[in-house]
Amino acid sequence: MSELDPLDRRLILATQEGLPLVPRPYAALAERLGVSAEDVLARLAALSERGVLRRIAAVPNHYRLGYRANGMTVWDVDDARIAELGPRVAALPGVSHCYRRPRHLPDWPYNLFAMVHGRDRAEVQAQAGRIAELLGAACRGQAILYSTRILKKSGLRLRAD
Amino acid sequence: MAELDALERAILNRLQRGLPLLAEPFAAVAEELGCSQEELLVRLQRLLADGVLTRFGPLYNAERLGGGLTLAAMAVPQDELERVAARVNAFPEVAHNYAREHRYNLWFVLATESRQRVGEVIAAIEADTGYPVLDLPKLEEYGLELYLPV
Repeated sequence: MSELDPLDRRLILATQEGLPLVPRPYAALAERLGVSAEDVLARLAALSERGVLRRIAAVPNHYRLGYRANGMTVWDVDDARIAELGPRVAALPGVSHCYRRPRHLPDWPYNLFAMVHGRDRAEVQAQAGRIAELLGAACRGQAILYSTRILKKSGLRLRAD
Repeated sequence: MAELDALERAILNRLQRGLPLLAEPFAAVAEELGCSQEELLVRLQRLLADGVLTRFGPLYNAERLGGGLTLAAMAVPQDELERVAARVNAFPEVAHNYAREHRYNLWFVLATESRQRVGEVIAAIEADTGYPVLDLPKLEEYGLELYLPV
């Protein structure tokens, strides 16, 4: 957890809707914040260094790019092996968001989550097959939860207080 | 699926990787892609307006912002899904919400200003909807690679 000072906080608030699409976007932000463009660049570099800023990038709507099948694959992996296997699952092509999460027995036995995007379900299934192969005997159960609808996507918000 | 020309594909592939922290970052990327800065900015605006891009800008790590973050799931009877989803979405802390094919059919991300607030919001959602919520916080991150080549 890192403390955000007031300027970091204002900078994050000012960019929640996105970066200005102008030749000098950091100068445009600086003007709104009443600081210099160098200050904004230095702040963003420092936030990136601390891992608060992952990157400044385009976020595609995966459906519009033809990635129509979105499968959240979930796995019940031996606790003694998950630390070794998790990073290898994450490194497979087509896998994003690979995390360990808690089980909730008996309702929810799965402790490894790996999001798989494919052009269709067959592609997602093929990818899940590669994950299953990699996990081998360390995996005791699995499921693929396909998304059927986006019900809300507002992004993360800091309150403007 | 969106109709994209070669330049738009190149822009999408390049800018998913990240914009440099330079005074004139679009000029640098345009040079890499062999187009003009103006053309790059016009295409980017169009990709956003058409909904091919949901966003262009800084991606922050919510946990490092000092707040709380969790993935939550609910098992809701199919004929109740619309009603429950609307009530869940009414909470400002709900950032994303997806319907998925499973007994647990409602999956949403909660992002809160403080860690303790996660538990309060989950309790409030349970009270408001009448269904229990599975709290599945991230314990370990093995990878977060969102690159979708086009």
